[in-house]
Amino acid sequence: MVMKMRNIKAVFLKQVKDIFKNKTILVQFVMFPMLVIIMENVVAMEGMPEHFFVRMFSFMYIGMAPLISMAAILAEEKEECTLKMLLMSDVKPAEYLLGTGSCVLSACMAGACVFGIVGEYEGKAFFSFLLIMAAGAAASLLVGAAIGTWSRNQMMATSLGVPVMLVFAFLPMLSMFNETIARIAKITYSEQISVLIGGLGQSGAGAENVIIILLNIAAAFGCFVLAYRRCGLG
Amino acid sequence: MKADNMIELTDIVQRFGDKEVLKGITLQIKAGEIFGLLGPSGAGKTTLIKIVTGQLRPTKGSALTNGTPAVEMTGAMYRRIGMMMDIPGLYGRLNCYDNLKLYARLYDIPEKRIYEVLEKVGLSDARRCPVEKLSKGMKGRLALARAVMNEPTLLFLDEPTSGLDPAATRRIHELILEEQAKGTTVFLTTHNMTEAEKLCRHIALLYDGNVVEYGEPKEICRRYDHKRKLKIRLYDGRCLELGNDKDAAEAVGEYLKQELLETIHSTEPNLETVFMELTGKELV
Ligand SMILES: Nc1ncnc2c1ncn2[C@@H]1O[C@H](COP(=O)(O)OP(=O)(O)OP(=O)(O)O)[C@@H](O)[C@H]1O
Ligand SMILES: [Mg+2]
Repeated sequence: MVMKMRNIKAVFLKQVKDIFKNKTILVQFVMFPMLVIIMENVVAMEGMPEHFFVRMFSFMYIGMAPLISMAAILAEEKEECTLKMLLMSDVKPAEYLLGTGSCVLSACMAGACVFGIVGEYEGKAFFSFLLIMAAGAAASLLVGAAIGTWSRNQMMATSLGVPVMLVFAFLPMLSMFNETIARIAKITYSEQISVLIGGLGQSGAGAENVIIILLNIAAAFGCFVLAYRRCGLG
Repeated sequence: MKADNMIELTDIVQRFGDKEVLKGITLQIKAGEIFGLLGPSGAGKTTLIKIVTGQLRPTKGSALTNGTPAVEMTGAMYRRIGMMMDIPGLYGRLNCYDNLKLYARLYDIPEKRIYEVLEKVGLSDARRCPVEKLSKGMKGRLALARAVMNEPTLLFLDEPTSGLDPAATRRIHELILEEQAKGTTVFLTTHNMTEAEKLCRHIALLYDGNVVEYGEPKEICRRYDHKRKLKIRLYDGRCLELGNDKDAAEAVGEYLKQELLETIHSTEPNLETVFMELTGKELV
C-alpha cells in the first residue's frame, strides 16, 4: 500500500485547526500542564519529594489526554460522516490515522515539554523524559484509536473511554500507596512510565520496563486491529 | 455495458432486516445527462445513491458505475466523483473556507478554486463563518461547493435544493447546468417536480420500491394526457375544452378573429399530476 504524504499532511493540518477550536479536547492538553505549574509553585510541604507533582501528573496526563482525545475525535468523525467523506476522497484509513495520530501526539508532546521544564530536567534527562512520555503517549493513542474505532458515536466513546482511562491514569497513583495494587499495576504501561520518570537521573531504563511498555503498545495495536476488522472506519 | 451508459443498475434489491426498500430496480443513466430520481420521502432515493456510489452493497443485483462494480471502486475513481449526500459531512467547528481547504489540499487544487466555488454557491460572504452556525440550506450549498470543486465527471446530488429560497435555488440550477455543459453526468434526487422538468433529460419515479415511470419529463406528461384536448380561456371569462379536431381549429380561429382568446393550453398534465395518478399520493 502506497501512502500519500499529501493526504497525511492535509488531515494533520485540518486536525491542528480543529483542536484549537474544540474546547473539550483542548482542555485535555492544557489542564494538566497548567495544574502542574500551579501546584509546583504553590504547594510546598515538609518531606515532599522534589517535583512530586511533575511525577504524579505526568503519568496521569499521558494516560488520559491522548486516549480520550483520539477516541473522541474518531468517534465524532464517524458520527458526523466527515470520515466517510474523507475515505471517499481517496484518503486511506492508514493515512487518516497517521495524520490525526501525529497531530494528537504533537499536542501531547507540547504539554510534555511543559512538564519537562517545570520538572527542571536538563540536557540528556530532558530528552529521556520526553522519550518516556512519547512511548506512553503512543500506547494511550492506540488504546484511544481502538475505542474510537469500536464506537458508533461520541456517547459510546465516552462511556467506553472513561473507565479505561481511569484504570491507566490512576493505577500508578494507587500503587504508590498499596503493595498489592503495585504488583498488578506493574503490567500496565502507565505504571512503567511512572517508574521510569521516578527513576530518571538515578537508574536507567531496565530491560523489564522497556519490554512491558513495548508489550503494552503491541497489545493496544492488537486491540485497534481487532476493532478495525470488526467495525472499520466507514 | 453500453459505452454511452455511465451507470447501469440491474435488478437491484435492497433489504433492511425484513423490510424491502428497493424491489428490483433496473435503470441506465447515459453519460453527460442530468438524471433525476423522484419519489416521496422514504422511497429509497438516498439508498439508491449509496448503492451506486459503493457505500452500500445491495442485497441483490448489480450496480456498474463507469463500467466498474460500484463496491469495487478505487480511490482514483472516487477522485473523479463529486458527492453531496443528505448528511453533508462537514466539520462543524471549522469555517467554510477551511472545510474546502482540506479538500483542496487532498486534491491538490489551487487556492483560487476555493473562492471560485464559494462564489458560485453564494457563500463568499460567509466563508469565515463556522459551519455549525450556518443554516441547513447553507450547509447544503457548501457541500455542493465541495462536490464540484475537483471538477468531477460524475456528480451525485441528494436533494440539492431542499430548503433553499427561489433565488438560491436558481443559482444552484445554473451551477448544475454549467456542470453538465462541461460534460459532467449528474444524478440528482428531488421532491421538486418543477426542478426535475426544468433540469433533467430523463427522470425515474420511484415508488414503493419500484420504478413506476421512466422517461423524458415532457414525454411522460404527454403519455398521461388522457383527454388530448385544448383548454382555452376567453376574455369574457368563459373557459372551454375543445377536442383536437377540425371543429376546434375553426372555433379557435373564430375566437382569434373576434379578439376573444386570452390563453390556450393543451390538457397534458404536469409531473405532479402524473405522480398523483400513479401513486394516489402527493409528493412530499
Ligand atoms: N441503514 C438502514 N437501516 C434500516 N433502514 C434503513 C437504512 N437506511 C434507510 N433505511 C430505510 O429505507 C427507506 C428509504 O430510505 P431513504 O433514506 O433511501 O429514503 P429517501 O427516498 O432518500 O427519503 P427522503 O426523501 O426523506 O430523503 C426508509 O424507510 C428508511 O427507514
Ligand atoms: Mg434521502
